[in-house]
Amino acid sequence: MIGWAGFLLLPWYGVEDFYTFKWLLDGWPMDSDYAPAIMLIAQGQKLWLAPMLLALAAPLLVMRRRKTDAIYGKVLIVAGGFGFAWLVAQGLGIGLRGYAYGWMIALFGDLGDRQFGMGYGGLLVASSFLFVFTQGIAARGAVNGDVFVTAAIGGVVAVVTIFVFFPITKMLGAAFISDDGGYSIMEFFGKFVDRRIWGLGCFSGTNCGAAWNSLFLAILVGLLTTTLGLIFALVLTRSGFKYKQSLRALTVLPIITPPFVIGLALILLFGLSGTVTQWVAGVFDVQPTRWLYGMPGILIAQTLAFTPIAFLVMIGVVEGVSPSMEEAAQTLRANRWQTFRTVSLPLMRPGLANAFLLGFIESMADFGNPLVLGGNFDVLSTEIFFAIVGAQYDQSRAAILAMVLLGFTLGAFYLQRFWLGKKSYTTVTGKGDSGVHPPMPKRIALPVYAIAGTWGLFTIMVYCYIIYGSFVQLWGVDDTLTFKHYMTAFAVTWGDGGMRWTGSAWDSFFTTIMIATIAAPFTAVMGLITAYLLTRQNFAGKRSFEFGTMLSFAIPGTVIGVAYILAFNVPPIEITGTGIILVVSFVFRNMPVGVRAGIASMSQLDKSLDESSLTLGANSWQTFRLIILPLLRPAILAALVYSFVRAMTAISAVIFLVSARYDMATSYIIGRVENNDYGLAIAYSTALIFVMLFAVGMLQLAVGRTKIGRRSSNSGGH
Amino acid sequence: MRNTTLAASVLALSTGLSAGGAMADGKLNFYCSAQEEWCQLMARSFEEFSGVDVDMTRKSSGETFAQMKAEEANPKGDIWWGGTGDPHLQAAEEDLTEPYVSPMRDQLHPWAIAQATSANDKTIGIYSGALGFGYNTKLLADAGLTAPACWEDLTKPEFKGKVQMANPNSSGTAYTALATMVQLFGEEAGFDYMKRLHANINQYTKSGSAPIKAAGTGETTVGIVFLHDAVAQTVAGFPIVSVAPCEGTGYEIGSMSIVKGARNMDEAKKFYDWALTAEAQTLSLQVNAFQVMSNMAATSSDKAPDMSTIKLIDYDFTKYGSSDERKRLLEKWDNEVSTLPQ
Repeated sequence: MIGWAGFLLLPWYGVEDFYTFKWLLDGWPMDSDYAPAIMLIAQGQKLWLAPMLLALAAPLLVMRRRKTDAIYGKVLIVAGGFGFAWLVAQGLGIGLRGYAYGWMIALFGDLGDRQFGMGYGGLLVASSFLFVFTQGIAARGAVNGDVFVTAAIGGVVAVVTIFVFFPITKMLGAAFISDDGGYSIMEFFGKFVDRRIWGLGCFSGTNCGAAWNSLFLAILVGLLTTTLGLIFALVLTRSGFKYKQSLRALTVLPIITPPFVIGLALILLFGLSGTVTQWVAGVFDVQPTRWLYGMPGILIAQTLAFTPIAFLVMIGVVEGVSPSMEEAAQTLRANRWQTFRTVSLPLMRPGLANAFLLGFIESMADFGNPLVLGGNFDVLSTEIFFAIVGAQYDQSRAAILAMVLLGFTLGAFYLQRFWLGKKSYTTVTGKGDSGVHPPMPKRIALPVYAIAGTWGLFTIMVYCYIIYGSFVQLWGVDDTLTFKHYMTAFAVTWGDGGMRWTGSAWDSFFTTIMIATIAAPFTAVMGLITAYLLTRQNFAGKRSFEFGTMLSFAIPGTVIGVAYILAFNVPPIEITGTGIILVVSFVFRNMPVGVRAGIASMSQLDKSLDESSLTLGANSWQTFRLIILPLLRPAILAALVYSFVRAMTAISAVIFLVSARYDMATSYIIGRVENNDYGLAIAYSTALIFVMLFAVGMLQLAVGRTKIGRRSSNSGGH
Repeated sequence: MRNTTLAASVLALSTGLSAGGAMADGKLNFYCSAQEEWCQLMARSFEEFSGVDVDMTRKSSGETFAQMKAEEANPKGDIWWGGTGDPHLQAAEEDLTEPYVSPMRDQLHPWAIAQATSANDKTIGIYSGALGFGYNTKLLADAGLTAPACWEDLTKPEFKGKVQMANPNSSGTAYTALATMVQLFGEEAGFDYMKRLHANINQYTKSGSAPIKAAGTGETTVGIVFLHDAVAQTVAGFPIVSVAPCEGTGYEIGSMSIVKGARNMDEAKKFYDWALTAEAQTLSLQVNAFQVMSNMAATSSDKAPDMSTIKLIDYDFTKYGSSDERKRLLEKWDNEVSTLPQ
């Protein structure tokens, strides 16, 4: 039905300023710029849209038939499949300049017509074809004939294909393009075995290749962040620590920090002329060095930045481990250490594996920290960026480097699966489970406190320094206190017509908040539905689909940015220069965190919960909404927080996607840093940090905590 | 039906509107590669001058080039103003920009027109800035070093680990430095100089202006950059002194090009002519831009390095701006210089 509305009423092609509805008066439905598809065909234009009428009509014929009828399913599959395929084919085949490919012109002659990007009409038709198709499959008995699950799989697969696979394939295809524009495998291998990628010079006094550097760094970061994440999660759930809320806030601080700020703060603390360096040099009389630049600096900055992600994944899992199992172990006379080592820790494996994977991937794709602190330590992400925008303009090299990076990610992904194996980590079941988590065994409690304390203090120090930096004239040179940076950025004046936002930062500030607010719920929804499909349903191609959802996260933002322009600057989907492309890029870039957190949490939920719900007559949508969703609150929170925050702080993908009307906070900040306005950049960052802290707090309130029917550990008398 | 709504809304948001139809009259999509303030000022001033509605997007010249290349099939920008000349030449070479001969040409310095002729009129010079280096006076005094005045001074052993420059593979500034040495000393002696310099370099940064920022915050003593970047540090309050090397030096030509297939071609040409006037170029005085402007009647900042006292080499932009020569020099630098132990 929706498909018909799309075909009959809405403009087929994209219309500027759709929501003003000016197009309704402006020649609709006759003018070919605004006409719905049916009018176009009736006027004899764009005849290639006509075959879709057939596909739309076919399902109407079988409407009356029963779902079990074999014809019903067959017709739906054929109609939906054909309609969708035709839509895609015409969209890709006929572009702005007529036929998009040379061979089509050769085959059919010059078209003499052209088409622009699809609008709402095309969109509705596309989604209805998809729905018809999945319904047909369901009717044929796939996934037990479950309409919700097939539609969800179809929908998720379709959007992931469009917004992840399509642009990335387009970009990576450049790897095989040689300098003179042809395709060449030899050229590819020549560039692939480059010394700058694979060199082992660091064993003989020079520098190693970027690939080894990245791999080594990512493994270290993955291990460190996972350990720290676990430690913080343990302190929060299994200790008598009093200021848990402030610790929670402290651990999320680094992800809400815009890029470059941590790096800058580290330089001003530990750089050659840094405060700490100078102090140490003065007290111990040692020569200050540039030790920070290179591996150590990046490692510190990335660990600071990515520990919170590991923490967000770990906290859900650590909370979810069933106290009953631990109590059972203790009843069987295991001491606390044995219980922890043989029961609690193994049950946390899904969390550990997912946290490691995220840390590994984040480190691989991180761009800001290596840029500021990298020294001569080249990593893949910066190499890729400068292959694209640097003096060489070598897109094929960028694509090759991106492939290497993806290779590593793929490796980590499969390693993680291998390590988890086929064991069951279910601990949340339908049975009564009212135990209390035992406190940590002494043997690990002491080091855990020590590490958490040190790292916490370190974080506090860095942040105090950042806030201080926003109030001084010229950070590191002139320490006079001033409000001037905040005034420039966030001035508000009262003039005629009320309040006027005169500060230079307001524009990008509002855009950023708007985009982040729109992107966050979509990201969470996409992530959790995907996680649900991956853990609870079986369908063909599930593994490769799972990896596919990780792709856009694993690839550095720069590549995504360029890939999105390549893919979405031309019909059929033309969205560059709009706010939509920013939202889309954030949704698909940050979705994997929701997926990972969701998978980690869901693998703890006993399948019997779903089954009992299904047995009691609920369908799978109701089961998902009423049983699984409430138990997933930590994962939902993680996904929401992360996507909101990342939408506000992401930089590398954004550089290519911002436009005059949709400028983002981070690109504004980078502009300031380039212009030596450190004070302004940091003042803006500080303001963003507080906005995000507030938002995270609100989200936490809104989502609420999971109540798994256990006594709270505080009232448990510890 | 609920599921359809969900799927539809996800798709709806993602596809949504597209800028398909023709643009309204009097609009200009302005890609700007100078610093933010300057870009803003140019955009607003042109709006006042012409009544054309300007949408400005600021990106570095490399980023803008990458974007224009990605947008080649369906260009979104109209005019590209500012940023070092190499990417503009590269864009001309790859046929991303439109040739245009402005009536303003006779008011320009010869070097600005030379830039245009080397690219078949597809780009033109709007400002120029000489290469040099800047040093941090405080660090220099602490280490008890004499102030460097020539390129050769930077290779002295006492500067070991104290000099920073960008990596020519990633930065146009550093590539200009490499090409300058080759033209100044000859290819063999130039590379020999780069090798000796390599021994003193503490870090090859990724971005071109990063070395002088590091010098400003005291992270390195000397940074090899364009002089106007060094002056900007001094004006911002950092203890930086800029030096025009005694042997002579190369320079960049900040350029402007019209995007091929621009949707607002008339407005783009109007902007092009306006941007070459003395009035428009004198705007640089308001925004701490210390380059020398290409209109002979335009006033340049009194803090700008005095080009008449700098020994400028006869920089061959046609040869060293071409991708073949660039590739050859960078490969040679990669193999012969960057692999040496430091």
